[in-house]
This record gives sequence, C-alpha cells and structure tokens, in this order.
Amino acid sequence: MPIQVLMPALSPTMTEGTIARWLKAEGDKVDAGDVIAEIETDKATMEVESADEGVMGRILVPEGTENVNVNAVIALLLEDGEDASALDGAAAAAPAAAPAAEPEPASAPAETPDAAPVAAVKPVEADVPAGTEFAPLTVREALRDAMAEEMRRDPDVFLMGEEVAEYQGAYKVSQGLLDEFGADRVIDTPITEHGFAGLGVGAAFSGLKPIVEFMTFNFAMQAIDHIVNSAAKTLYMSGGQMTSSIVFRGPNGAAARVGAQHSQDYSSWYAHIPGLKVVAPYSAADAKGLLKSAIRDPNPVIVLENEILYGESFDVPVLDDYTVPIGLARIMRPGADVTIISYSRMVGVALAAADQLAEQGIDAEVIDLRSLRPLDTDTVVQSVRKTNRAVVVEEGWPVCGIGSELGQVIMEQAFDFLDAPVARVNGKDVPMPYAANLERLALPQADDVIAAARSVCYRDTE
Amino acid sequence: MAKQPRTKTPTRKRSKPAKSRTPTKDELLDYLRSMLLIRRFEEKAGQMYGMGLIGGFCHLYIGQEAVVTGMQAVIEDGDGVITSYRDHGHMLACGMDPNRVMSELTGRGSGYSKGKGGSMHMFSREKNFYGGHGIVGAQVPLGTGLAFANRYRKNDRVSLTYFGDGAANQGQVYEAFNMAQLWKLPVIYIIENNQYAMGTAVKRSTAETHLYRHGAGMGIPGKQVDGMDVIAVRDAGEEAVAHCRAGKGPILLEMKTYRYRGHSMSDPAKYRSKDEVNKMRAEHDPIDQVRQRLLDAGFATEDDLKAIDKDVKAIVSEAAEFAQESPEPDPAELYDDVYVVA
Repeated sequence: MPIQVLMPALSPTMTEGTIARWLKAEGDKVDAGDVIAEIETDKATMEVESADEGVMGRILVPEGTENVNVNAVIALLLEDGEDASALDGAAAAAPAAAPAAEPEPASAPAETPDAAPVAAVKPVEADVPAGTEFAPLTVREALRDAMAEEMRRDPDVFLMGEEVAEYQGAYKVSQGLLDEFGADRVIDTPITEHGFAGLGVGAAFSGLKPIVEFMTFNFAMQAIDHIVNSAAKTLYMSGGQMTSSIVFRGPNGAAARVGAQHSQDYSSWYAHIPGLKVVAPYSAADAKGLLKSAIRDPNPVIVLENEILYGESFDVPVLDDYTVPIGLARIMRPGADVTIISYSRMVGVALAAADQLAEQGIDAEVIDLRSLRPLDTDTVVQSVRKTNRAVVVEEGWPVCGIGSELGQVIMEQAFDFLDAPVARVNGKDVPMPYAANLERLALPQADDVIAAARSVCYRDTE
Repeated sequence: MAKQPRTKTPTRKRSKPAKSRTPTKDELLDYLRSMLLIRRFEEKAGQMYGMGLIGGFCHLYIGQEAVVTGMQAVIEDGDGVITSYRDHGHMLACGMDPNRVMSELTGRGSGYSKGKGGSMHMFSREKNFYGGHGIVGAQVPLGTGLAFANRYRKNDRVSLTYFGDGAANQGQVYEAFNMAQLWKLPVIYIIENNQYAMGTAVKRSTAETHLYRHGAGMGIPGKQVDGMDVIAVRDAGEEAVAHCRAGKGPILLEMKTYRYRGHSMSDPAKYRSKDEVNKMRAEHDPIDQVRQRLLDAGFATEDDLKAIDKDVKAIVSEAAEFAQESPEPDPAELYDDVYVVA
C-alpha cells in the first residue's frame, strides 16, 4: 500500500495552504527527511519534509494549487518493492483524515474553530457615503493597510516590535512595510517587551507616535507596567502636560491549541484602566478604520486583534481615508426579541447563533461593541429597552469581565425594561486547556449563545 | 569609595579622571546657588512634611546635589532629563519654578501637575523634564525612548536618564541598555549610587557592586565619578555628552554619592550609623567643597557667601508661602486630563 503524503499544518490556526513547488518529481527516490515540496500560507512559506522513504509515485496536487486543505492527500510514495500499479487503488481510497484522538500529531486535523473559509467574504455594513464601493480584504491586510496609510500620512508614526520588519511580522500583519518605509520606521526589537514598551512610551512623551506590536497580548503582561503606569497615567499626573499618543496592538485571546499561557483574553484588564482607550474589532473594515483612528488618537490606545480573524475576509469600503470613530458600537443585525452583545471574534459566534435562533422563531439583535473603552452604553441600553432581554458574549473569563460591566450598566439604565436577568456567555473560568475537546468546551460556542438567548426568552420553560 | 576593579573590562577605569577644566568664578557661583537652592528647598520640604503640609511619600535629595547640578551644567536647551521619584533636585536644576514645585508638594492647583501628581510625579514640557516616575527603574526605558526619538528625528539632543543603585538591579534597565547600545542611542545613564536602596546596602543587593560596569556586557562604556564633587561630575558629564552627540551611543556614569536623610520622610535610617552620615557630611559635603573653592580662589568672601545663602533662603521662603497660600485644585478638575480631548 503506497504511503499517503498529507498536506501538513504549519501553525495552530492553519486550515489550508498553497502548494508552491514540488522538489521531487514522480520516479525520484525520497529519503526520510528529504524536502519534497514547499507550501505557502498567508503567513509563511515552509518546506515539507518526507517522514518516510520510498519513491515518489504520484503527485496528486500539482504545484500552484491554492486552498489545499490540511490533511488532504497531496502525493503517494511507493514503498520498497511496490510498483506503480499500487497507486491507482491508493489514490481512490485517499482522504481518510484521522480523528483528533488518534496519536498521530502530524496528521491530526487542526481544530477548525467557527471560522469561515478564508475565501468567503462577510459583508458588514459600514458607515460610508452612499455609492461607496467595497472590496474584500482579510483582517490581516486591513490592519497592514491602516498602518501603511497612517505612516504615509505622518512621518512621526513608526512600528516597532518583535519580527515586524525583516520577518514581515510573526503573523504577517506588517508584510511589506519594511520595504516601503525602511528600517528607521519599521523596527525589529529584541524579545524584551518590558523594555521596548517603555522605550515606545518615552518616544511618545517626546511627540512621536509609536505603534508597538506585541507578538501576542499574552507577552504584554511583561510590559503592562509601562502600559498602565507610564502610558495611561502620565497625562493626568502631569496636569495635562505629557501626552502619549501610542498604539499597543497585537492578537489577543485564544488562537487554537496553544495552551493556557498563549490563550488569554485581556479585554477586561485594559478596559479597566482610565487613561487607556481599548478597541477590539471583528470585521476587516472596523479593524482598518479603528486602527487608523487609534494611530491618530492623542491618547494611548490598545488594539486587541484576534489571530483567528486575521485570515477572514470582509467587505472593506474602498475609500482613501476610511476611519471608524473609537467608542461607537455597531448593530450588526437588527432584531426585536433579544439583544446579543459581543466584540471581536465572538461577534461571529453571536451572528451564527442569531441565524439559528431565527429558525427557532427568536429574532435576535446583535451588537458589535467594537470599542471597550469608552464603551458605547447608549447603543446597548437603547437596544435592551427595545428587546427587553440581553445576552453578553465574550471569550474572556466571567469574573469582573466586560459582561459583568454590561450587566451592571443595563441594570442601572434599563432596569425597568428588563423581562429577564441579563445572561452572560463567557470563556469558562479555567486556564485554557490544550486538548481539543476541552478547549472547545472552554470557549463560548454558538450553542451556548443559543441556550442563553432561549433562556432569557423563557423558551425552554414554556 | 569603591575598590579598583580586579578584572579587566571594556569599561574605562575609574582611576582615569576626566580632563578637568578649571572652573570660572561664575561657574562656581552658579553651582553653589543651584546646590544651595536644592538643599534649602529640601530642608523646607522636610519641615513642611513634618507639619502635615506635604502628604504621602517625600524623598529628599539632600547630599546628592552635586550630581544633578554638575550634569545640568553640561547640557543645552532641548536635551531631555528624566529621573525617579527623588526628583525635586532635578526639577530645580532644570530651572523649574520653585513655587510651583513646592505647591505641587502641598497638593495645590498651582503646582506643576495641578496638584494631581505630587512629589513623585512632576513634569515640565517647557524645561524638557520628563518626570518624576514612581516605579523603580521605569524611567530607564522611558529615557531611552527619549533618546530614540532624538535619533529618529536625526538631531543631536541627548537624554539624561537618572536612576539609583536600587533601580540598577531591575530587569528593564538591562533591556533598555541592550536596545540603546544596539541602536546607538544618545542616552547618558546616570546611576546615582547613594549606597542604599531604601535600607539595603549595595553590597547586600548587588552582585557587581561597581555599578559603572553594569553596561559592560553590552559594551556600554562606564565610568565611576565622585558624585560629591560637582567639578568631577561636570567633567565626566562633558565627556559623556560629547560621546553621545558624536553618535557613539549610550554611556554610563556611576555617581558615588550619599543621601543624608532617610529613603523617604518615614525612614528612620537605622540601617547605617550616625557616624557614617556625619563623616560624609563633614568630609565630602558638595556644597562645602564649592564654598571652599570659591574662598580659596579668592572668588568670594564669607560675606558674599552669606549673601547668596540669604538670597536662596528668600526664594525658598517665598515658595513655601506660595505653596501654603495657593488653593487646592477645583473639585471640578477631578475628571480633567484623563484623556486628551482631540
């Protein structure tokens, strides 16, 4: 039986990629460890090594093929003594993807979160003039474009962080910026978050407008003293003299299967701090518009991105200068029966839940907060006064979370309008587990949102 | 003073003094006035703290006046200064208004931070004084960032980044050193080694007690300086500024100094003997040293010095009065300056 060569996953969140090049031709001898192909994702180009030895029997996916799913059979190797006739049956018997539980890490399918395939474009209505054209863009590209546009506009804007320049970004968000703006403005730092965050704030004190990229916000805990004590408080402590126009940005929250230390949602930590502004966009249009606003803002702004969203495409307005004001929520889906409030990646979960709720006769309104500080409580309260029921969905832990805050706000400002207690759907109150099934349990799923919405509509007790 | 280093390092040896330039009469008088202003101001602040007029933490600079005075003498307009919470002396040396420094200490609306910062958190955009930072060591990356901004703008300004022997053990200091040397940033790291991190002597907290060698691993030149002698400070400062302005990157000056008072007003300073303090005051006082130079050179008489003392006392009395008479901040200002309103 010929050996199946599968499309490998190069990162925790990779679901598909492009076969860039085959380095072995049919008939070539292959030793274990030989590089047989190069594959590309939106993040990286990597070499595929053969795990087995044999002879390249058949290349099933020609080079240049895009969107090849992880674990698809891309080639067949003939083992010693096998001849080409063995190939025909094997190719037909192909995609037997192993279940996650099987102890075969190289071929185990990556747990695909609720993410849509990269090619699918999600339309999200933006606040733009009538007749504006839209073009699909990934969140990753939208963030890059936002930085590039602001760097062209203002020579005081620069980007610093780990791997932002020559590596083109650990998640390729800064791709191409080094080429356009040079090493003086796109700066690779050593792995010293505390130090370079402080250095960035000092540069901001003297009037520059740094964009400090954290490879992920998990590592920003090393730097949080400078974010809070140096950036957020100094304007106040200086009687208004010392400003820090600085952006701290990077992916926040869970990626996929990277365990507790790399999977924390820091939204409520930063939203707690007076002096900071905090945004957590979901769509590419908002990612672009909010990042541009953040860079221009004279205050320190935390931009909480999401690694899983980086590859998702959305319609983005084709405008020379598209900005989204910080502090305004967006109603993503109007509805009459219950208000589902969310932000960042969980907006996608909320929207999926709303679609299913509609089939069950519940008309949900979905609000994307977009900004967490300042929080657009007006939009939330107005919606709850209309629907009389609210569910808050967030990836972060429940204790002292954004949901806790919103529950309080709704109680204070819409108490008499409530027909049910405000429900929260949170990440479970545990460090993020590694196992695929436990991780899924720990994160809010559409079914959890549906259950919460049904519960505040008293559907399950009727 | 510390012993000679036993091993060879890429740093300069402390025994090689900077090329000294004989100070002029005007220079010596300036140094005297600056140091006296700090000394008398701090004495007054101590008294006012005792009277309950100043609250919270109050860290006095008495004994260390030569460091900031000597360094200030070698910089120009546009050079930035940043330090820790022991900052009153730095502000006065930068030319900030003693009235408004003192009224910040008393928490009044006329203070540099409108009463919202206090002793540890004061700033002056106008004088390029970037604080006043309450977290030990935080000002080191921040000051490195000021230098980064100068290099980014391609000007020849330098950043004076002061910190104490206690902060010299903070991890972020070495992160900043690394980036400063990597990118050749024009920053002068001035370690004010007053020999006690709160109550912990340097030798009890620091493996390498020659603090000027702490940048050696990154190739940052360092030098130990008699921080009680304003002329030695000035000479070392001149060299350091020239080094930075020439684009040679960061440099480290360890100023051996001494604080006569406790770490803060609430520190009884039981960790050192009265004799130790008295010996420093008697033999190394920075102000006495300059007075003596003025007298020896015939630049001033005892009466001249008394007149200067009187002038300085008047400035400080006025500051104390101003700080007590100024009204507290308007309660309506509680929510002001949390954000820049664009």
